[in-house]
Amino acid sequence: MLLREVAYARPASISEALEILAADDGARALAGGQTLINVMKARAGSPDTLVDLNGLADLKGIELGPDGTLEIGAMSTYTEIMASSEARARPILGEVCAQIADVQVRNRGTIGGNVCTNDPTNHLPPLLAALGARFTIVGAGGERTVSSDDFFLGVYLTAVGAGELLTKVTIPAGRNDGFAAVTLGVEGTCIASAAASLNGSVRIALGCVDAVPVVLTPSSADADTVKQAVRDANMEPPSDVHASSEYRRHLAEVLAVRAIDQARGAA
Amino acid sequence: MSATTERSITVTINGTRYEREVEARKLLIHFVRDDLDLTGSHIGCDTGNCGACSLIVDGVLVKSCMMLAVQADGATIESVEGLADGDELNKLQESFREHHALQCGYCTPGMLMSATALLRANPHPSEDEIKKALQGNICRCTGYWNIFEAVKAAAE
Repeated sequence: MLLREVAYARPASISEALEILAADDGARALAGGQTLINVMKARAGSPDTLVDLNGLADLKGIELGPDGTLEIGAMSTYTEIMASSEARARPILGEVCAQIADVQVRNRGTIGGNVCTNDPTNHLPPLLAALGARFTIVGAGGERTVSSDDFFLGVYLTAVGAGELLTKVTIPAGRNDGFAAVTLGVEGTCIASAAASLNGSVRIALGCVDAVPVVLTPSSADADTVKQAVRDANMEPPSDVHASSEYRRHLAEVLAVRAIDQARGAA
Repeated sequence: MSATTERSITVTINGTRYEREVEARKLLIHFVRDDLDLTGSHIGCDTGNCGACSLIVDGVLVKSCMMLAVQADGATIESVEGLADGDELNKLQESFREHHALQCGYCTPGMLMSATALLRANPHPSEDEIKKALQGNICRCTGYWNIFEAVKAAAE
């Protein structure tokens, strides 16, 4: 498919990327391109300028702090996260990245692109919401770090505003995590998903049921308590060809319990 | 470097160096097929699902319909044309022939590149590993079984 005419820049630094983004309303960051290029083919989005972040070493790299905190550069690919010995400090990250699409997509798709797209069917928004990740954003006004509650704002919408970039995702220490999804085919798109984290408290994030991950903090990890917490969230998930709203609500309960079970098993 | 709608790029494909002016909007697969006349790699779905356009770019298996040609500037690329030595098929291609691992052949270039990347990283894959490695490649003749057999035999 021939794309609409577009200008292309390959900045040599984050500051140069920010300058180009700030100077041009129609400029968009190009991360792995595994969503954006298809969006452009479908003319669902037509940026005037693509600012290619590939090649910005400052957005790469996975670091493990002495307290177990992980800092993952926004341009780290799923394959890099799967292969990273540092990322194994939180094993669920590599496990879930290995469930995204296929080898080719994992080789180019990035953690930053996945969360900034914030497609409700994506794997990483609910996972990172459950893990209590924090997101560092830079722009002309400087740098700020926000929680997942403040990061995911709507379908395809995050706290990363015009002229800004996500630079890294920070994940606190912990091991007892789980993720469960019902997908279209093995490792396909999620119809419903749930992530759970049992590190001190119980934290669950549900995907595909609302515009942003729905975070629940039930009082215990007991299956009945978890199911009740999902019901009490009074969600009205979208209906589509794959699942009705009612069925998605049902899946959310089932998957929340499965994610908790996996998190317990990892304990 | 400012943004431009066209730029000059250099790529090395199967050992041959090419320098071309290319529009920023051109996908890598179109550059390879239309500008360089290397038509071995196919366009199946053009939505990133089928894998017929798979190439190995700087050692990394990618779907070349989800990458711009300008992004490949400076890259070393391997495509299906680089597998055989003249008329001599390589071991993997020969194994595809032996095991009847192609029917219409449309998906074959992508299957070969994915299997090449797999065997390079993991010379003795299990059947599950082969299936997982070829997950991004769709064979609409559904000839998967023979494809797995061919990859397995090539690994032995």
